[in-house]
Amino acid sequence: MNTFSLGLVVITYLLVIAYLGYVGFKNTKTANDYLLGGREIHPFVMAISYGATFISTSAIIGFGGVAGVYGMGLIWLTVLNIFIGVFIAFVFFGRRTRKMGHNLDAHTFPEFLGNRFQSKKIQMFSGGIIFLAMPLYAAVVLVGGARFIESIFEIDFSIALTFFSLVIAAYVIAGGLKGVMYTDALQGGIMFLSLFFLLAMTYFKLGGVSGAHEALTNMANLVPEPLQAKGHQGWTAFPRMGSAWWWVLTTNIILGVGIGVLAQPQLVVRFMTVKSNRELNRAVLIGGIFIFVVTGFIYTVGALSNLYFFQQTGKLAIEVGQGNVDLIIPEYLNAAMPEWFVYLFMLALLSAGMSTLSSQFHTMGTAIGRDLFENLFRGKTLNSMLISRIGIVVAILVSIVIGYNLPIGIVARGTAIFFGICAAAFLPAYFGGLYWKGATRAGAQWSMLAGLLGSAFMLAMVHQSEAAPLGICQAIFGKDFLIDQFPWMIIDPIMIALPLSTLVMIGVSMMTQKVEPKHLDVCLKGIR
Amino acid sequence: MWGINDPSIYLGYLLAVLSLLLCVWYGAKNWNNGRETDEQEIREDEAWELKDEQLKEQL
Repeated sequence: MNTFSLGLVVITYLLVIAYLGYVGFKNTKTANDYLLGGREIHPFVMAISYGATFISTSAIIGFGGVAGVYGMGLIWLTVLNIFIGVFIAFVFFGRRTRKMGHNLDAHTFPEFLGNRFQSKKIQMFSGGIIFLAMPLYAAVVLVGGARFIESIFEIDFSIALTFFSLVIAAYVIAGGLKGVMYTDALQGGIMFLSLFFLLAMTYFKLGGVSGAHEALTNMANLVPEPLQAKGHQGWTAFPRMGSAWWWVLTTNIILGVGIGVLAQPQLVVRFMTVKSNRELNRAVLIGGIFIFVVTGFIYTVGALSNLYFFQQTGKLAIEVGQGNVDLIIPEYLNAAMPEWFVYLFMLALLSAGMSTLSSQFHTMGTAIGRDLFENLFRGKTLNSMLISRIGIVVAILVSIVIGYNLPIGIVARGTAIFFGICAAAFLPAYFGGLYWKGATRAGAQWSMLAGLLGSAFMLAMVHQSEAAPLGICQAIFGKDFLIDQFPWMIIDPIMIALPLSTLVMIGVSMMTQKVEPKHLDVCLKGIR
Repeated sequence: MWGINDPSIYLGYLLAVLSLLLCVWYGAKNWNNGRETDEQEIREDEAWELKDEQLKEQL
């Protein structure tokens, strides 16, 4: 570690952040000033901050590392990230969500669902799910940042996690930077350019595009025997169809995260805060390019890191990471890239993590205060804002505690678990609420319950990776997981829980009382 | 081609590029479309945004 170059990069970065914070602060002082000062959010800022919210440390460290193990097959996640996470999300969900959210005076995702189906129960239930499940996601974003610090500064993981957690807590409790829009754009911009540099340098060091790919293809015989037996065919090939490795990659990593992004509470809220559909249209272009570069490039680099490490050390990426997937990308950057670049990348990555975590903690805070407690104690004098603030502090503490106790290599899996729960519990009700006049309150309630219970059952009883360490199935049935017939124990819970909640949504809606046409008119006002 | 032999990896990269082009095409085509023109709707949107900002500020 070179203290001088680190100091120089950090000081320059902080000065720019402070300047942008000052510009933002000068432009927006109060809510009223906000309107007077012009509500124009540049589409670049909108798209980058949306992108940064679901990319952050999780995609770079977690899924980039997964590419170091599974190889270039991860590019299919980029396909879904762009096609579903940007195109479908903005065009088919974003526009309607924005208009309907405004029509229903909804300011959080649970409030949106609750008002759409005229059910406080739905709002409270959704708030509860978010408050209980989201700390896992926040924890893995924290762990992602901490792994980077651990690797770059060669310090103990718990010290890195403590340091990063303290910075995050101070940032969130102070209310986040006033000029967060501008700093988000800066982080996104640095990240975007860094990925170009990273990919170009990687190919340059490894003998060009074709040369690097060919050399990596030729390493297929180096795949460890047990992984070959599971279907791993090398880092430039998709796993053998129907093999264990194939099921894990397609269902746990690609589909779980690719689909789950549609029902992310903190992302849905972003649709409501844009000024018009024009901003959403523009964000499709910018977001598409951003996600392509950030995810597509890091997954490619993750796979190629095997070649670099093998040439330099004779080891595979996962061996260099000492069995920890989450250390592959930090170790690669540290080993292969110039020092100034590593520091700059680290700052952009940690700041992106900070803004992601900030929005996660605010989502959890409003979920417990505004969505759950305000409705639970209706009519009683209760300061829901205070509860929200306490909720934020509790969420931060719980996330940190979870972060300390998670097993290694958890960032991508933790993200996938949370995305899966959200998709199963919320997606059918959310989609039905947007597009299906026949969707009923009871349909939404039962669908959410089925999605949550389905996910919980699959995680605790069927899906080996969680069921075995949780030990619930062992305690009740005396075995690690319920169905030991391949491939049930490795299929992602979303593959069962989402179809289940969808069927329940359709079935119950068809049998129960329809929503009043008058309310539907309110919901759909101005939606063309 | 390019040192990769597995067609499913090609297909993945191809679809990623096609998805990117779809986003670029759609965004460019609709770059100036979708702006609110109805006075009533603009006022309603502003009222919603004002409340949202106030809620955030209180928090």
